[in-house]
Parts: sequence; C-alpha cells; structure tokens
Amino acid sequence: MFASLHGSGNLRALAFEFSPVVEQTAPDTVTLDASGLEHLFGQEIAVAVMRRAGQSDIKASLALAANPDAATYAARGFAGVSVVPQGDEAKFLAPLPVKLLGPSPELQETLERWGIRRFHDLAALPPLGIAERLGPEGLHLRRLARGEVERNLVALPEPLDFADELDLDYPLELLEPLAFILARLLGGLTTRLATRGLATDELGLRLQLENGFVHERTLRLPVPSLDQRAFLKLLQLDLAAHPPPSPVLEVRLQARPVKPRAAQSGLFVPLAPEPVKLELTLARIQAMVGEERVGSPELLDTHRPGAFHMTAFGRRGTAKTDRRPHDRVRLSLRVFRPPRAARVAIASGQPSFVAAEGVRGRVLELAGPWRTSGDWWTTDPWERDEWDIALSDGALYRIYCAPPGWFVEGSYD
Amino acid sequence: MGTAALQKQFETLLCLRVRPAPERVRTGIPELDAGTALGAGGLPRGCLTEIFGSASSGRTSLLVSMLAAATAREEVCALVDAEDMFDPVSAAAAGVSLERLLWVRCGHHAEHALKAADLLVHGGGFGLVALDLGDTPLETARRISLASWFRLRRAVENTPTVLVAVARQSNAKTCASLVLECACDRVTWSGGTPLLRGMRVRVARRKPVREIMACFHAAALE
Repeated sequence: MFASLHGSGNLRALAFEFSPVVEQTAPDTVTLDASGLEHLFGQEIAVAVMRRAGQSDIKASLALAANPDAATYAARGFAGVSVVPQGDEAKFLAPLPVKLLGPSPELQETLERWGIRRFHDLAALPPLGIAERLGPEGLHLRRLARGEVERNLVALPEPLDFADELDLDYPLELLEPLAFILARLLGGLTTRLATRGLATDELGLRLQLENGFVHERTLRLPVPSLDQRAFLKLLQLDLAAHPPPSPVLEVRLQARPVKPRAAQSGLFVPLAPEPVKLELTLARIQAMVGEERVGSPELLDTHRPGAFHMTAFGRRGTAKTDRRPHDRVRLSLRVFRPPRAARVAIASGQPSFVAAEGVRGRVLELAGPWRTSGDWWTTDPWERDEWDIALSDGALYRIYCAPPGWFVEGSYD
Repeated sequence: MGTAALQKQFETLLCLRVRPAPERVRTGIPELDAGTALGAGGLPRGCLTEIFGSASSGRTSLLVSMLAAATAREEVCALVDAEDMFDPVSAAAAGVSLERLLWVRCGHHAEHALKAADLLVHGGGFGLVALDLGDTPLETARRISLASWFRLRRAVENTPTVLVAVARQSNAKTCASLVLECACDRVTWSGGTPLLRGMRVRVARRKPVREIMACFHAAALE
C-alpha cells in the first residue's frame, strides 16, 4: 500500500510522521510506503493523514493505491482523498489527462495528433502497435496509464531530529518528580538514537515555566555517549545548580545526534578516566565546591605575577608532548589567596620584621628587592617590589610592596 | 563440630592472604627514587602515601615533583587543594603538564576536599590523586576521622592510582602505607647580591618503621 500527497506545505515532514520510507516524487508531491499503517489506523489511514495535515496547515490531496505511480497520478488528478481499488487502477485513472504522465514534447505532439487525451485512450491502444510507433517510452506511458508499474520508492534519508516533549497536567515545583519525567524522555531518545546506531554529545533541555518564561539548559559531553543514567544524573546536578525560578509546565528534551566514538584502547596507553564517568564526577564536585573552582589551570601570556585562568578539564586536549620533568627539583610556592596584608618594619631600607595573619617574625635572611612592573599601557597597570625572606618562625616567604602597602604573597615550601 | 569440619567451612577466613607487593612509580627526584627511602623504587600504586612537615619543609616541592613525573608519563592527575594555595606558575616551571592536571579548589573546606578526593578515586582513571591539606588548621585536620582515611584507603586499593596526602602532621595513621616526613635542612642564598638559591630538603621515612633518610635540593626559580 502506498500513499501520495500532492499540494503545498511541508509535505515531507508530514509524510515522515507516518512512515520512514518517503520519496520526494516531485517538488509538490511526496509518496510514502503506507504498508502496516492499517494496524495503527484500521481503515482510516486517509482520515488520520488528512487530520494531521489540517493541524499542520497543509493543503494537499491524498491518494492510496497498491503501487506508487497509481497513487501519485490519482493524488495529482483528483482533489481530496482518493482510494484506488487494487486491480481496478486502469478504470479509476481512466478520466485523467495524458499530460499528467509527463511525456516528452515530441510524444505529446504525436498523441495530440492521434486524439489521445485521456488515460483510458492511451490504455486502450495495443501494446505491439505502441512499441512499433512510439518505442519504449510510449510503452512505459501506457503501463503507467493502466496503473501497472511496480517499483520501489527512492527513499529520502530520515531527518535526524531527536527531540521529545511532554505537556504536564499540573505545574511541577520540585526537581525530584521532574527527574522521573526526564528519565522517561531520555529513555525514548537514547533508544531512538541506539536503533539508528547513533549517540549524542549534547542535550538541550527547555522548560516552559508557569510565569511565562522559558528555562533552557544545555549539557555538553566531551565524547558521544548513550549512557542514560549518566545523562539523568548530569541533568539532575545541573538543575540542582541552576534550578528553574518557577514551576514547570512543559518539558522538551533534545539530543544532538552524532556518530558514536569508535576508539580502541591500546595495551600500553597510559591511564585516563573514562570520559562520561569523569564528567559525572566533575559535575558532582562542581555541585559541591562551585563550577568555577574545578578545572585545569592555564597560564596567561603576561608577566603579571600569578596570572592564570581556569579552563574546563579535558577540553584542551592532552596530545602527546615532549615535556619532561626537569632534572632539578624546583622550589614551589604556596600562594595566599588573597595576599595577606602585612605590617613591615624597615631598617636600613630593608624589611626587618613582618607581621600578617598567621605570619610573624624577625627577618633573618632576605633577598631583594626585585622591582617589576607591567601593563602600564592598559587601564590596569601593576608594579611591585618583591622580597624573598626567611623569618624567625622558620619559614620562607615571598613578600611584596605595592600600592597600597605590604603583602605576603605566599610561602616557599 | 570437629576442628577439621570447622576448618573446611571457614577455610577462606582462616587462611591469611598475602597481598602482592604494589607496583612502584617514580617521584621524579633521583635521590629518592635511587635510594631505599621510599621502599623498593618509588611510590606505591593503590596505596595511600602521606607526606607531612611544617611550613617551608619542602613537602609541596616534593608533591609538585611527583605531579611532574606523573604527567610526564602521560598520566592524568588530580590535585584537591583544600586551602586553594597551589601555584600553577611554579608547577609549570617544575615541569607539570597543566592540561593533564585537574585542580579542585575547595576554598578552605577540608570536608569538601575529602569528599572530592573520594569521588575522584572512586571515579578511577587517574594516575595520581593528591589531597593537599598542607595549610589546613591542625585542629581541623585532626578532626578528620580515621574512618574517612580508611574509606580513602579502601577506595584506592586494587586500583593503579597513587593517592598522596600532604599535611602538617601525620593524620592517616594506620591507613597510610607510606609516610614521609619532610624538613628543611638548610636554605641556600647566593653571595654578593643576595639571591634565594634553593632549599635542601630532608625526607625521612616514618612508615614502614625502619627509618631511612634521603635529601634533595629544591632550586628556586631563576
């Protein structure tokens, strides 16, 4: 059973709602394989299709037939809904004009001269005579006019739109019941992705709120995955960190389809966390300490002391580098954030006593001052005089003098 | 029930299982890796190693050196920083590959730091997870229950992860397989124009009990 839609509007989307096998027969005509639809709609396939067309503002004529070409010509030739009876195609299509068959101009002229204007005129001609006078094209047109051509549809690739939405009967205020709805939507989406051999690396959540606003969140994964439980936990953690400001009326979840990651680990590949599991671990830690406090530090291209910014861990790539640890161990600094304001006694132009929060002592040894400055060409210039000092409390510190005073930057450890 | 029957029934419980010796990894400090200070050849995987010492005792330099060695092996590392004191600039200068380092800044919450370390160890896949409690107040560090340390030790057991805790005093007690104490041996300054040259660090093994010492020199940035 085939169905053909002829008209204006998004016929392709309408056809895909009913069948995965859809052919774009002409710019204004689509044909779909309607086999099996009777199990869903019984004898009312046409009613279901036309109702959905009406809801989508599509104006089209519909025809059902045993072969695709008979359905196509019936849809083009008759307005409204047509059901072509199996075995009586020639009789049903008989009154249609031959122009619908789209003959070549020469053939059209010949048929005009012979007075062949309707399908039944062409269908009544003897096949041997047509073959002799009009060749294979004429013979094919005769078979079309009789509704005898059997062929397979040239199927369009199915649009990959993986989105599900749910209108709620009553507004949801708590995140816990929302999790059940998300689990249901995720289950459907991941199953549909899996059946097509796909995975997703981005989930978009859109919540229509009671106050009229829309709350949107996007979840990006470092690698494509189909781990429904991990997705649900990540969405829960994200919503806990960014809760919707008003009760939820409608939930829409969209997944971006991508090819699944195909990677085979080597026997001697160094240890690395499993990406989706790591994302889940990071989300849990971020929920605890804050999003901006978890990541990988990246040094900035400046001489400003301690200039760095945090980047998302694992997104910068960890390509194999030639970086090797230095032969010599380096003395590390433990940085006080923010720097601790200090009171410093000066003797002979050098610090002799330092007191700050948790730091207090006589200066035993010192090196400095190291005078540095930078960014004087910007609106945020800096300058400082830096000293390395050993205090009587047994520790080594880095202190500096910069407007508006003295600070302890950190301790060498 | 006879002894033989009991023995048969509880054979698995009665038998003492001998754990195989853990794999060892290098710290990146030749003086420690070459000697017997850390045991046979470095830090044990699947075990808790504790480093303790006072301020400016060289424990952070030792930790950063371990991170540099681990990232040079292309392993992914995590640093849980309870007091937010890690300095990426000196770490990069020491050879740490920062893109392989996950830094969790707990903002003066030791409890968060413990939970984060637990999550990371359970998550798996890290070559080295470091828990830095180096500037956590002594009272707070002492309040961490032995059960928390035991949980960490159990979590890292049978994994290829090296778990390192840095503190002012030893807190993990029996849960740590290796305990190292750092102390500043001497600070070196240059002559003429004073310049901080570095620090000589003395590392003493406190557990296993046989006390062995080693020293290394941590050079200041040039």
